[in-house]
Order: sequence, then structure tokens, then C-alpha cells
Amino acid sequence: MKRKKRIATVSLAGCFGCHMSLLDMDEHILELMELAEFDRSPLTDFKTFSRRCDIGVIEGGCCNEENVHTLQEFRKHCDVLVAVGQCAIMGGLPVMRNAIMHSEDPLRECLEEAYSSSAKVYNPNNQIPNDAALPLLLDKVYTCAEVVKIDYQIPGCPPTGEVLWATLAALIKGEPAPQEYHMIKYD
Amino acid sequence: MDNDNATLIKQACADYDNDPRRMMDILWQVQDKLRCIDGEAMSLIASLTGTYRVEVEGVVSFYAFFSDKRKGDITIRLCDDIIDRHAGAQAVAEAFSGALGIQPGETSTDGAFSLEFTPCIGMCDQAPAALINDVVVTRLTPAKVKSILRTLRKTKDPQTLIGKTGDGANSDPLVQAMVRNNIRQPGPVLLTDVDPEQGLRAALQLSPQEVISHIEESLLRGRGGAGFPTGRKWRLAANTPAEERYVICNADEGEPGTFKDRVLLTEKPDLLFSGMTIAAYAVGARHGILYLRGEYRYLRAYLEETLQRRREQNLLGSGILGRKDFAFDIRIQMGAGAYICGEESSLISSCEGKRGEPKNRPPFPVQSGYLGYPTVVNNVETLSCVPRIMAQGATWFRGMGTTGSSGTKLLSVSGDCARPGIYEVAFGVTLAEILEQAGAQDAAAIVVGGASGQIVGRTEFHRRLCFEDLASAGAIVCFNSSRNILEAAAYYMDFFIEESCGYCTPCRVGNVFLKKGLEKIMHGEGEPEDLDYLRNLSDTIIATSRCGLGHTSPNPILSTMEYFPLVYSAMVKERPGGMQAGFNIQKALDEARIIAKRRSLIYDPAYGDRE
Amino acid sequence: MSTEFEFTVDGETVVAKPGQTIMDACDDAGVYIPRLCDVEGLVPQGSCRVCTVKVNGRTAAACTQPAEPGVVVENDTPQVQGYRRDLVRMLFHEGNHLCPICEASGRCELQAMAYRLGISQDSLYPYLQPVRPVDASHPDIALDTNRCILCGRCIRASRDVDGKNIFEYVGRGIHKRIGVNAENLAASDASIDDYAMSLEVCPVGCIIRKREGFFAPIGQRQFDNKPIGWEIEARHKNRIAVHQIDPSEEQS
Repeated sequence: MKRKKRIATVSLAGCFGCHMSLLDMDEHILELMELAEFDRSPLTDFKTFSRRCDIGVIEGGCCNEENVHTLQEFRKHCDVLVAVGQCAIMGGLPVMRNAIMHSEDPLRECLEEAYSSSAKVYNPNNQIPNDAALPLLLDKVYTCAEVVKIDYQIPGCPPTGEVLWATLAALIKGEPAPQEYHMIKYD
Repeated sequence: MDNDNATLIKQACADYDNDPRRMMDILWQVQDKLRCIDGEAMSLIASLTGTYRVEVEGVVSFYAFFSDKRKGDITIRLCDDIIDRHAGAQAVAEAFSGALGIQPGETSTDGAFSLEFTPCIGMCDQAPAALINDVVVTRLTPAKVKSILRTLRKTKDPQTLIGKTGDGANSDPLVQAMVRNNIRQPGPVLLTDVDPEQGLRAALQLSPQEVISHIEESLLRGRGGAGFPTGRKWRLAANTPAEERYVICNADEGEPGTFKDRVLLTEKPDLLFSGMTIAAYAVGARHGILYLRGEYRYLRAYLEETLQRRREQNLLGSGILGRKDFAFDIRIQMGAGAYICGEESSLISSCEGKRGEPKNRPPFPVQSGYLGYPTVVNNVETLSCVPRIMAQGATWFRGMGTTGSSGTKLLSVSGDCARPGIYEVAFGVTLAEILEQAGAQDAAAIVVGGASGQIVGRTEFHRRLCFEDLASAGAIVCFNSSRNILEAAAYYMDFFIEESCGYCTPCRVGNVFLKKGLEKIMHGEGEPEDLDYLRNLSDTIIATSRCGLGHTSPNPILSTMEYFPLVYSAMVKERPGGMQAGFNIQKALDEARIIAKRRSLIYDPAYGDRE
Repeated sequence: MSTEFEFTVDGETVVAKPGQTIMDACDDAGVYIPRLCDVEGLVPQGSCRVCTVKVNGRTAAACTQPAEPGVVVENDTPQVQGYRRDLVRMLFHEGNHLCPICEASGRCELQAMAYRLGISQDSLYPYLQPVRPVDASHPDIALDTNRCILCGRCIRASRDVDGKNIFEYVGRGIHKRIGVNAENLAASDASIDDYAMSLEVCPVGCIIRKREGFFAPIGQRQFDNKPIGWEIEARHKNRIAVHQIDPSEEQS
């Protein structure tokens, strides 16, 4: 019997909505389990790669060093990388911080806006989170394709369970992904 | 706004009858006097000319020489062309910056000086050069910068910078420029000593139709680069029924590396005006416009005086040379720093007082041009050939050059060569012959035709300069083997990005993407697929752009990819690991390290325990 | 009296009246040519170039190119559709188009055009992520220029329909933007009742009618179920299905 394809998934700077959507494919999840098994993924709680995977599914873009590191690990360990959702593809909501960069010091400006200077923030000590365990933030949000090569992308916010099922199933079988009008959505 | 300023603006508008079609002239006058055209000025101009503030803002913001922020009383515009860079413009810029305490793009706090970069000002044969208000200064060095600023601080008058004036009419009392003509090789058609009116007298003996036939027979083609047959253009305009027709001379010589029109305007203005008059007679025009690029404003007074003299000599005005039925006059329209206005329909938009954006074609200018009237737009050099053809005959003219390219061509030669300047040559001359004449035998690459032309290597030096082979407006820019060809291509892409009018998507956006793709390769981050990317993107830009700018803007990249393939292949490599070479984690973390006052657990290995 | 004439589009005969552009004639015949800057009721300006077609082998903008007897027009061919995809992508990458948070999502013509052209895969185009202003000064209208694609429909609507000239292009090149005829929109005489501010004019979510956002639920928005251009294709004598480009083709 042919070996089941191994799928790894991760949510970087995303909201886990795409992972929720993955679970939203209803009974297709059983069919998917026939074709593939989940390896490193929040669904299995495997946090590192122990073996090479066929497909890596990436949700979210890169806003900190840990995102970059994880994405690079995925690239090293997966044959095909699939960027899922607007955040992975073009940065999504986090990327809005890139377009407010008026100063030479965009990260500081962003943190001050978020934690101290904004009118609705109550932060009398002007504390900006800075625990040694927190990964360092990047100067701006990077899309996945700016950091590593991406082989395929599934747009949507999130893509529906149906679209994820149809596309992943096709990729697993090595068939062209189906393209129908209702399957491409950016929201 | 204070009353004085309001009075000045009212006067500027009144000087042009509050006519919104003369917006360029109004804005020049306001910019000169107030050193800026701010929101209040725009509102006042709009109300006086019956337009809208945002329309005025649209025009002000389109032209590089107009500004909504106050410029210094003395504005120094350093020519930033690649040739000037090779000639040491960077050191000159630093000298200005250091002495004035401002960076390019800034104005000193006392409002005395502004420092700016500007693309090619048509002085490549005497680079590095700069415009100080309207005054041209050439062959700059850091040492000269010191004395220039010393003089300016004392006199506050850029004209006092002129010591020794240049050759020929550059010494005319109304020009008084240090510019040199550098005519290296005169020729039989243009750069020769002849009576400029002989052709006009001959033309007026013929019917307008006969004049057009004569020009058609000469096979004269446009010298601006596109090579459209001049006679056919005239006939199309003449055959379009209309109450008025216009003849416009395109003296918006903005193609980097081109400066031959500047020499013709300086030395042969009568030949040009005579040519315009013949064109007007042929097509039935009563009005002509000389569209003079803002960079050549130092020639304006001289050209105005030439026009006035011609009126007095009955060569302009009504009843020209006794022909009671023929009246024609010419006005000068100043441009204000926009390369796109060299495109004929943009030039017409600019003459109409609008943003210099191309118009939709059809209708073509010969059908519906300036103010909707049939309009002939010809290059300075083209029109200057006309009187010579009328005087010497079409056969004489056709006897020079090649079958498809009759006559001679003025070449503007600059860059790494011993004898930069103007060469009048018969069409069909090879690049190698020119390079030998100019003393550029060690040239490794030649830009033929400027930014929109072709950058060719030694393998192409046998090729001929004519419409059938290497067609161009005559710029020959020489690079020796020490020059970085990708840097030149990148400079020209920056030029197009800066000069795109932004009207259509492919030119506005696509050129930015092309430049970024080229930069990726220059940074050593490119992969072989990036070469396909550049080709495909160029294809889309060329196919879908609305005017000639977008049709030619990918040329610096396409031609260097064609003629210098090894340069590109040496710069790209496969990256099988799938990592993007352009992503630099260390740079991306620098700011956070400073803000958080700690190092990375992941990417600073000596610090953390991972990896 | 001049008479009707014929030309062909992808091999099909289309009848045109004198004075019509290729786009006009095709619209009447139910042949859809993608477009963004052109909209019924405003003079065409040919700036977005999405309506690029090939006419006798040469590219031209269908919205401004006059129809001529016997010309051979290519509209739905891989090459022409490829140009259009590039152009739509350029617009997406030029501005800040965050569909998930945009109230125009689902009725946005830029987004719908991308759907129709089957744009699901990445291009190598960089995202420019420009810093652009939002003008929320007006009580009823906001301008989020992050989403502006410079189609100029608001300019023409305000000038030619409302007679107000509230908008005009300012700047040039990549810095070109839509300017307002005052310090800000509140200081102009813009009104929510202007045609320029209506939903038909701005194809994206740049002109925002305040307090009206998200009026249609997902699933019932303009382009949720029918592709852009369907109402033109509905006029065709034999209804044809939308030919959406297969993105697998793009990778080849």
C-alpha cells in the first residue's frame, strides 16, 4: 500500500481561523485521513519535525523572529509549501502596521501606538511588553513568500472548509486544483 | 495670504487674460515671484481663471519646477544623469550639501537656498552641470562649488556666476551662458553657414500643396526618434477641414543624453523659425508654438528677440514676405520639468495649460490637437531641415543617408570619449565610425538613443544609425569597461519611474516593479526565474501602456539582457534550499534589539542556547 | 446616413454602429470585455488598461478604440487575459488592499475582476505598502485612499454629472493620487447625494458612505454569486458560461 502523505500545519501571525476552517470540512476530514496523516501540527500537538513531510500548510505571515524560524523549518522539512489565507499570502491584518510607517523608527512607532500613545489606551507607566521569553518583533510584517519560496496558495479569510478540502485533496493526489468561480475568495 | 502676494498673483493672471489655457505661464510667474504656489495661491488662481483649485493643484503637482512648498530664493538643481554621476556629480552634490547644510530635496531654514536633483538638463558634453535658477553652470567640481556659493551669498544673483561665456551665440548679450556648443563635426544640412531664409522664399513661390509634395519627396522623417514621415503628417493636417490649424515645435529635449536641439536653438534659431513658417504655410496654420523645455529657459530672451526681429523683417506676422494671404506668428511656451511632455499629445496638453498627460488616440493631433484644432508637432531638428530641403531640393536631400533615412542626423555624443559634442553625420554611419571620431575606441557599451533607446555592447558596434537599423533621436552615450552596466540600466529605470505621468497602470506601477526586480539581481539575490519575470513584465508594460513612454521604458533592461547576457547570468543563481535571498533576518531584527535591549534567542547563537 | 457595420471578436461577428467604441459594440452584443476605469454613463478615459484587446494584432484599449469595419479583435485569449491578470495584480500590489476588513468586499470591482480572471496564485510582484492618507473629515463620507486604484471615475462623475469638480488627479507617476478641491473633503462642497459618492462610481472601497457599511450580508453581495460582467453577458444571443482562466495555466 502506498504510504499516506504527511501534512504539517502551523499558524504564524494568524488568528487560527484557517485552522478552524480546516476542521470545518465536516465529513471530508475522514476522507482526508484516508489520504494523509497530520504530522507536526497544532492538531496533533507535535511541535517539531521528526521526519520529512509532503505538504506544509502555513497560516499567517511573519511578524516576529519565531514566525521566521518556524517558516524556515517548514521549508526545510516539507516538499510542498502551501500558504493558506490572506495573512500568509499578503500579510493580512497584521500587515496594516507596514502602511502606517511614517517615521524612520517604524517598530517603535507601532508599539507606542498600540501600548501607550493611542487615545483609548490606559497605561500610566508606559509599559511595553518585553519579557525575555517573547520573540523579538520584526521591523515590519513579511509575507511568507518574502521569506521562503511558496509553492501554492489558497486565498480566503479564511478559505472555506470545502475549498481547503478540494485543494488539499487535489495536491495530495497530484491533480490540478479545481477552480470554480465561488472557490476564489479574498475575504 | 498677504496683499502683496495676492496682487502679484492677480497680476500674473491678468498678464495672460485670466486664461486657464495659459496656466503654465501663470504658474511660472507666480513660482518665480513667490517661490511657491501654495493652497491659497491655487485657490486664488482658480477663482481668477474660472477653474477649480484642485485642477490648479493637479497642474502644479505635475511639473517638477513648480512647488507647493516654498523653494529657496536660489534653487540649485543638480543634474543627476548617469553621465554626470560618472563625471563626479556625487562629489559636487556633497560639496553643495556640506556648504549649505541641507540635503538634496531640502530648503535652507533662512529660505535662501534649495538643493535638488533633476534629470538630464541637456549638458552631458560638459558634465557635471547644474541649473541655478535659470542659469546653467557646467563642468562643476567641489572646488568650483565653493566659489559659486561665495559669489551667490554676496550677490544673490546667479547671473553673476557667469565669467567666461561659451562659444557662438552663447556669448550673445541675451544669452550670456557659459554653455559650450561643442560642434565637433559640421554637416551640409544644418550645421553650415547658409542664408536661413532662402528656403522660405522658395516655398512661398509654390502652392502649399506643392510644398507638402516637396517634403514628401525628400522622405524627411521625424528626428525626435519615432521617424514618422513629416510630409505625410503635414498632409493629414492640411486635409482635415478646420477653421484653424497649429504648428508646434517640440523643443522639450528631455531624452537623457540628448542636447542637439539646444545647439540648434542657440546657433540656428532662424533656420528653425523659418522651418515652422514653411510648415505653417503648407498646412494653413496661422499660429505656432515653440514648446521650450524649462531647463532651456536661459535661451528664452534670446529666442523672443529673434522672433521680434523676424516680425520686424516681415518674416513673421501678417503678409509674410509680401504674401498678403499668409499670416503666421509664433509664441514660446515654457515647459516646467516633465519628460513626458516630449510626447506630442502630452506636449499639447501642456500647451493647453493642463497636466502634461498624453491624450487618447485616435483622434491624432493632426486631426484634433491643440484646442481641438489640427496640429502638426515636429521636432526642432526636423523643422530645421525643412528650409534646407526647400532651398536645395528634395533630390539633394535624398542624396544623403540611406534609402529609408534621407539626409543627415545630429548626434549628441557624450560620456567616456575624448571629444564629446555634436556631430552632423549622414544617416547610415556605423557606431564604430562615430566612436572613432569621438575618441571612444575603448567603449564597452553605448546607449543609443538615451533612456528609451538601446544599450548595446561591442558586438553591435558595426550597426548603422538609421531608421532601418538603430533608430534614435541621436543620443550616443559612451561607457568604458570600468562602468557598471546594471547601474546604468537601474538609473534609466529610476528616470522612467520619476517621469511616468502615472495615467495608465502598466507604466505607473510596472516600471516600479521592473526596477525592484533589477535591484534584486544587482544585490546578488536573483535567481534564473527572475530573468523570465523581467521579460514577462516588460512584455505586459510594452503591450498595454498608453503612450511611448511605457512602450520604451523596459528598453534599458531588455537591451542589457540581450546584449550583456553574461552580466546577468553571473548575477543570478539557483537557490535549491527554497530560502529567499532577499530576506535578511539580521536587518529585520535590528530595530527590535534596540527597543527591547536584548538579543535574539534564535538568531544570535552566542546568546541563546538554541541552534 | 451612415450604417451599421461588422467586425469580429474571437471569431464571432459583432455589429457596430458608427461612432461606437469596440467596448460599446461588444457590450451591446453581450460580449464582455473586462474593465475597471470605464463605467456606463461616464466618458471613457482608457487608464486602467484592463480592457486591453488586440485589434488586427496590435494592442489597444477597447474603451477608447473606435470600432472599425472588418477589424479582427482578440478578447478572450490566453495572452490578452494574461495581460489583464498582470494589470489587476499591479493594482492589488500598488495599494493596500485588505479585502478581509474592507466594507466593499463582495461588491468591489477590483476584487471581482481578480476572481473572474482566476487570480489565486502568487506573482513575483512586490507589495508596495504605501503610506496613504485617510480623509474622514466629512460628516457623511470618508476617503480611504489606501484602496484607490486611480480609475478616475469619481473625477468624471463629479465634473460631468454633478458639475462640481470635487476631485482631480494630482502628482504624477507612482505618487499620483486623487486630490480634493479644498484642504479636505469637509471643506469642499461634497455631498452624500452627489452621483460621485454613489455606490456605482467608486469601484473599490475608497469612497466610503459612512454608517452604511456592510449593508449586504456575505452571500448576498453583488459579486458573491455572479461574476462581474454577467449582466452584459446576459444580453448575448446564446448565453455563454464565464470562461474563468485556470490558474494552473499560469504556472506553465
